[in-house]
Formats: sequence, C-alpha cells, structure tokens
Amino acid sequence: MESTLRLSEIKPGTKAVIDKISTDSGDIGRLRDLGLNEGVAVRLVRYAPMGDPLEIKLHGFHLSLRKDLAKDIWVSDNK
Amino acid sequence: MKITSPATNRPAEATDANRATNQVALIGNPNSGKTALFNLLTGANFKVGNYPGVTVEKKSGWLKGHKILLQDLPGAYSLSPKSLDEKVTVDLVQSWRVTDQRPKAVVVVLDATNLTRNLFLTLQILEMGVPAIVVLNMMDEVRKQNIRIDPALLQKRLDAYAVIPASAKTGEGIPEIIKAIVAAPPIDEKHIPTPRLKLSDEQIAPLGEVIHYLEARSHSAAPPPLVDSLRMVADDGYREQNYPALSESEQTDLQEKIEQARKNFAEKSIEFSALESAGRYAYINKHLSQTYSDEAVSAVSFSEKVDSIISHTVWGPLILLFVLGFIFNTIFSWAEYPMGWIESAVEWLAVTVSGLLPEGVIQSLLVDGIIVGVGNVVVFLPQIILLIFFLSLLEDSGYITRMAFILDRLMNKLGLQGKAVLPMLSGFACAIPAIMASRTIENWRDRLITILLIPLMSCTARLPVYILLISAFVPQKTFLGFIQLQALVLMGMYFLGFFTAVIISLLIKHLVPQKTISHFVMELPPYRVPMFRSVWMKVYNSGKLFLVNAGSIILAISIILWFLASYPTPNENGEVSSASQVEQSYAGQLGKMIEPVIEPLGFDWKIGVGIIASFAAREVMVSTLATIYNIEAEDDEDIVPLVEAMRNETHPDGRPVYTLLTALSLLVFFVYAAQCMATFAIVKRETNSWRWPLVMIFYMTALAYVASLIVYQGGLLLGVGA
Repeated sequence: MESTLRLSEIKPGTKAVIDKISTDSGDIGRLRDLGLNEGVAVRLVRYAPMGDPLEIKLHGFHLSLRKDLAKDIWVSDNK
Repeated sequence: MKITSPATNRPAEATDANRATNQVALIGNPNSGKTALFNLLTGANFKVGNYPGVTVEKKSGWLKGHKILLQDLPGAYSLSPKSLDEKVTVDLVQSWRVTDQRPKAVVVVLDATNLTRNLFLTLQILEMGVPAIVVLNMMDEVRKQNIRIDPALLQKRLDAYAVIPASAKTGEGIPEIIKAIVAAPPIDEKHIPTPRLKLSDEQIAPLGEVIHYLEARSHSAAPPPLVDSLRMVADDGYREQNYPALSESEQTDLQEKIEQARKNFAEKSIEFSALESAGRYAYINKHLSQTYSDEAVSAVSFSEKVDSIISHTVWGPLILLFVLGFIFNTIFSWAEYPMGWIESAVEWLAVTVSGLLPEGVIQSLLVDGIIVGVGNVVVFLPQIILLIFFLSLLEDSGYITRMAFILDRLMNKLGLQGKAVLPMLSGFACAIPAIMASRTIENWRDRLITILLIPLMSCTARLPVYILLISAFVPQKTFLGFIQLQALVLMGMYFLGFFTAVIISLLIKHLVPQKTISHFVMELPPYRVPMFRSVWMKVYNSGKLFLVNAGSIILAISIILWFLASYPTPNENGEVSSASQVEQSYAGQLGKMIEPVIEPLGFDWKIGVGIIASFAAREVMVSTLATIYNIEAEDDEDIVPLVEAMRNETHPDGRPVYTLLTALSLLVFFVYAAQCMATFAIVKRETNSWRWPLVMIFYMTALAYVASLIVYQGGLLLGVGA
C-alpha cells in the first residue's frame, strides 16, 4: 500500500483498492449497492474522450461515473 | 424452530389470474436479460436491447401452457430505488409484506458473467420469503469466458428454492424454469427468513432497541428485523412506507428508538447508511464467493479491446460521426430501389382504378384522395425500415451506451446528463417510447427537460417529409466519391434538432439553476452480437405501426382532405379550371386564411393546408400535398408524381412555389414544429398535467415559425436560391 489518491486522479490502467469514501450523497449509495465499497479492487480503464466521465472495472463489470463523484472516492495503489 | 404446515389450508383452486398466488414476478439487475427470458417464457415479443433501462414499466404475459401470469419488471440494482422505473419494481417487492399479495414465486434473473453485483439484489429478494427461482442467465457467455460456477453449491448456500443455469440467447434452461415455476412450493408462512448480510456485533449493537421493537411485531412476510431496522435508520421514508399500520403512539415510540440508534452510530462514528451494502458484500464474500468466479479486474476482455478504439479520444468521436453518417447515407442509397418498386405499384394501382371506374366523385375520392394520399406516404416504408434496423443494431450491440459515455461530458456542460442521450437517441425512431424511456433518469428536473426536448429529435414520421423535399430540391452531388449532398442535408436536419435541444437545455441551465447535482452512473455492458429475433421484431413492429398509421389516421385525413379540397363544387354555368376550383374549396379557403401568416416563411396556401393537417401526424403533410396537387391536375388520366408536381408548381404570377430556399424553410419548420397528437397525450400522461404538453406545443411552434422566418428571409437577403 502506498499513498492515498482520489479515484479521479489515477492513470488509466491503474489497479487500486478503495480506501475510503468521503461523501454520503445519494449517488454514492448507488455505487455502494453496485459493489463499490471499501476494500474492493478496481481498475481505471479509461477516461472518456472529453476527459469525463471515467470508466472503471470492478467485480467483473464495467461502470461509467463522473469525476465529481470519483473525487470523493479515495484509493490506494495496488501493485 | 420450524413447523412445516401442510398445504391443506390454502385455497384449493385459484384460477383467477388477478390473484397474487397465480402471479410470478421476474426481477433482476438492468440488462440482465429479463425481457428476453420473458419473451421465451410467454411467447410475447417485447422490446429487448443491450443497454440498461429498456423496460420501464410492468408488463404481463401468460406462462406458456399454464394459467400463471408472469410479470416482467424494470431492472433494479437494489431495493433502494434511484429512478422511477426502479421504483415500480421496488414497490412491488415491498407490497409482498401483505400476505395475500404475495406471488406464487419470484424469478430472479442474474447476469451470470458478473455474479457478485447481481447477487446483491438476489439476497434482498430472498429475504422476502417468497419461493425464489434464481436464473443464471447468459451461461453461453459464461462458458466462453471460462468463468466457473457451481449452481448446486450456490443453491445450497443461498437456500433458494431453485438455481437454474440458462441462456435467453440459446434457449438453455427454459423448460427447467417453467417446470420450477409450476412446481413452486406454497409459501411457508411460519418460516421467518434469515438476514443475508454479515455485520459485526459492534455494527449491530447500536440498532438493538429498534430490532427488539420490530422483532415483537415481525411476521414471515416482512424482511428480517435486522434488515428493516437498518433501512429505517438510513431512510426516514422507509418506516412510513412499510409500517403504515402502526398507531400514532407506536410511531412516535419507534421514531425515538430510530433517533437513538442514529446517535449510537454517531458516537461510534459508524456510517450507518453504508452498512447494508457493506454487510451484503461481506456476506457474498464469506458465504458465496467460493461457488463462482468473476472475471479478474485485471483481465482485459474483448469488449474492452474494442472500446480502446470505439471510446478513444480521437477515434471515438470520429467513429460516432462516421456511424451516423453511414446510416443517413444508406437511407438514401439503399432505399432507392424498393422505394421505386412501391412507387410503381401505387401508380399502377391508381391508373388501373382510374381506368375501371367512370370519371366522377367515386373515382376522384379513390384515386386522388385515398390511393395518391396514402400511397405517397407508404413509399417511405423502406427508409423507415432501414433506420429502425440500424438503430436496433446500435441498441442491441451495446454501442448506444458508448455513445452516452462519449457524449456525457458535452451533455453535462449543457445541463443534461449522459443518460438523457439514450431516450434522446431513441427519439430518432419515435418520441413516444423515448419519452417513456426517460423514466430511467433519476432526477425529476432532468427528466422533465428531457421529455420536453425529445420531440426535437427527428422521428421517423418526419423522414417522409425530409426525403420528399430533399430529393425534389437538393441537387444530387457527391463528394469524395461517396458522400452524397442529399444525405448530408438529411443528416443536417437531425443535427439541427439535436443541437437545438442542447442549446435550449443550456438556456434552461442558466435560467433555472440545478439544485441537486445528478451524477451519471451507468453500466457499460459488453458488446454482444444482436439477436436476429430482437432486431427483426423491432423492424417488424415499427414497419407495422407505420403501415397501420397509413391505413388509419392518414387514410382518414386523406379522405377528409379530399372532401375539403373538392367541395364546394363550382357553379354549374361557370367553366372553372380544377386549379381554381381547389382554391375555392373549403381547404382552399382555410389555406388562404392562414396564407398571410405563413407567406413570410415562403409558404403558399397549399403548404399551409398541409401544415394544418399535419398537426395530427407529420406524415400527413406528404399525403395532403399529393392529394391537393392531384385534384388540381387537369389531366385526369395520369397520376402526377409528387416530386414532379412540386417542381412544376407555380405562384399565380408564374414564379415557382418551391425553390431551394422554400424547401429549406419547410424542412426547418418540420424539424421544430410540434405535430403529433400521440406525443402530447404521452407527455400529459408522464407529467400528469396538461401544462407540459401545452408548453411543448407553444415553444416548438414558436421555434418553428421563427427559424423558418430566419431561413427564408435571411436567404432572400443573401440572394440564395431565389
């Protein structure tokens, strides 16, 4: 484990583990129901052509979410 | 302790379909293939697609060969609904708390290629205590991806009534599902379901009082007290919705305990709103994960490789433009031949009928009114079929979600969210299903804006008008060997509508600032080869709808129009030309009346009649012009092709009515004008008020008028096409 970063800041191709989610807005509830919880491994697949939203892979499926939601999701590098 | 109650006290026969005991609900995550399975189980033909949110309302059908009513429900990710379509499903599940509303069984459909996420909802459903048939759908893909699943072990661990591997694509498992539904055991009313989530004692302790309170009132039809108390603490609405029978003092009592639990959580700094999710996934991890594998997070799937091009920073938008351009180009080039055949058939029919019948009222009604009117609309069937064919390929392959992904940033800047792209794109087929599809948008404000903007998407009803005007007045030029000018203009009409929608939503964003930020969380499903049956059904249904419309509403309006354009007949003594006869007719009088209003747009009274008539449905424009020009034609022997008639049409002073500029002005008018009764009706239904359809009619008509005015007068000033 290394430093803690925002999910909206890591590079495409990076694998990371969710450390902490620092918001409880309604949409975070949805992400949690989809399995985006602390301790879960994700990989940032790509950013959309205009830089937002971003695509991640978790639990064997691909999900698109916007940066303004991803910035409250803290991850740590998982090499 | 478990007391097995024999089925003796259940009603001996239950033939009434309305009884819950004869109903079976089909529930699962969005895009898990529920409707595809439903169609196989019932023989129905509802629309399916490879994107989340195809089904937005409850649909029912009889299970093949049985008196059991199957209900297909909109997809839901969890029992905490985020949008209107999910709420339909969640409300139904919660209604099972009332014993006599419990269904015979529930079929939980899972996308077996990513079980972890799909099991979340499954666990929630299992706690309702209704016999659950867990269907592992998409097993064909599972095998290709080398994902392993042990259905028998999964069934044991889930404690579900049945777990059935299946595939809606290959038909695998369908007989087993039917058998399981029919043989579903009666609900064991004494059995209280166990909570299927894993929490530490420390996480549960703060809830103690609430759990205690609910345990005393618990019954088999309610979820376990632990789960209910968690949800109550996390969400105030939950208690009100699901415990309406409590007396006032009981409610105050319970509410106090809930407040206390929240304080307890705060003291230990436990975030209670995340507990149910965390507990479920911990449960899946501990008890279920040994029974299956998910594709590894680091594994790069075929779809992901494809997406590295499709969603590429540079290639992505280019491919998107290319795909749309290809579709419009094809609509012109491929449709040409079948269109020619239909045209000749209509002409042959008109000439034959003319020859068989003596000249007179009947002949004129049949030929000028019905055959020419309806026939001129029907010739556009090939274009509509082609457009729907390509749209269904976009939907069924999964590309449509990538379009939303690529365009979301743009849409966000403009005050809409990427999810609005899906209903807006389906608005290119028809506004009515598109407006219903907007139910997947979580936020009411966003949803309303989307509903109001969808009719700006050029639907198939405009296609005949576009094609007619473009092929008559836009020169046939080709660039770079394959890009046709006509196709380019057609694409321009679609873009005009789309970008206008975007600009309006930008305006709204500034005028009525958004209070709640809506995020865009969307699953990107893998690419799939479209199922022939699904594409065929979409093409077949839209073709059928188009022809049924032509045979009903357009036929009726054609007859009315023929009458209005033929009567009153001129005085016996005066020899009057057919042309001036039409001018004196009711239709002529009506057209003349509004001519001053539309003259600045470059339209004459005949076009005016067409515009009025097409308020009911846009295709009517084509049939109306065809009827008017044919009644006018002096030579009754021949049928004048509509394109030719329009090119030859002159003002009284000899100037041609249609110039390139008039055609453009009319095209722009049709991009914007609100002309579809069915759309107004659906907007009224979806917004529950007449206010919004009226707003829609007003803003679109104003937009149409002003835009055409600018095109025509601006064009005249610049000296274009005069």
